[in-house]
Amino acid sequence: MSELIKVGMADLKLCISPDSVTTLGLGSCVGVAIRDPQTKVGGLAHVMLPDSTAIRNNINIYKFADTGITELVRIMEEAGAKRSRMVAKIAGGAQMFAFQNKNDLVRVGERNVEASIKKLKELKIPILAQDTGESYGRTVIFYPENGDFVIRAVGKPEKVI
Amino acid sequence: MDDLNLENVTEQYFDVLKELGNIGAGNATTALAQMLQCKVDMKVPQVKLLEFGELGEMMGGEEKIMAGIYLCVEGDITGSIMFLLAKDAARHLVSKLMGMELTGDDFSEIETSALKEIGNIITGAYLNSLSTITNLKIYPSVPALTIDMAGAILSVPAIEFGTLGDKILLIQTQFTDDYELDGFFVLVPDLESYGKILSALGLR
Repeated sequence: MSELIKVGMADLKLCISPDSVTTLGLGSCVGVAIRDPQTKVGGLAHVMLPDSTAIRNNINIYKFADTGITELVRIMEEAGAKRSRMVAKIAGGAQMFAFQNKNDLVRVGERNVEASIKKLKELKIPILAQDTGESYGRTVIFYPENGDFVIRAVGKPEKVI
Repeated sequence: MDDLNLENVTEQYFDVLKELGNIGAGNATTALAQMLQCKVDMKVPQVKLLEFGELGEMMGGEEKIMAGIYLCVEGDITGSIMFLLAKDAARHLVSKLMGMELTGDDFSEIETSALKEIGNIITGAYLNSLSTITNLKIYPSVPALTIDMAGAILSVPAIEFGTLGDKILLIQTQFTDDYELDGFFVLVPDLESYGKILSALGLR
């Protein structure tokens, strides 16, 4: 029996085929899904903030794009995945509210996406697909078996990237 | 006040927030009753400091469709305030305000604007009482509204809290007219403003 593993906000989980992994209601946060197609070891991180070095209270490494992605890759390697084979897909980073005064926090979705891309590049993990930005929430389900990343949004047809 | 950390919110401070929540929600209820021209009851609000992971459950699931009204706050304190309620509750309030049944499943332009107004009045009443108690000037911005999954809407204040710690402060208020409405306030003052609120209340 395959299981559906749930990832909360500012959390990450390892997921090995045939299991799948989901995170519900991504808003400005970004869901980063990584897998090694050979071992079918995967994982999903739900990152909230772009940069752990910009904040003093940064004990929770799962919360940030930089430390969260590094940690996800580390536990995947521990489970037998190989960095050189890893591929990623990302979703989320919406701007949920339209405001005139665009301060940094309002742009946080965009910044989360940028930071996730930067970190994946740094780790030399190619991004195969992304569904980011816009102004709506997303629920995502990732299948390490084939790499399907299912995206659901309110009032929109389900899509697979 | 850069040593503020939500993890070590004191008991006393928690009580103050509770009381502010109580008075604010009381004012909001009165405003709601006036607007709807009917009797609205309110239960004692619950102030909760939650882990991010617990948020969804509290709202009845991360995917529950809710209406979120979000305003920026300026003046003596800066930050933001959000008022959330379930979509069906929002529809109930809008239909009551407009004196007609809503058709379809979504909000039309005029219904959206009515909902924004409801949010404006409720958050306005809330901020007014905060301003009166603390004697601080608080000016809300024009409200922004979104209808989406609870988790997605809450990610916005959660991220702001995320810069302070790993918890979010939520005030849950239950309003009842002929229908039970669960409303949630999330008040997000920036770090400096937390200090100002506490000072204004004579707590530091």
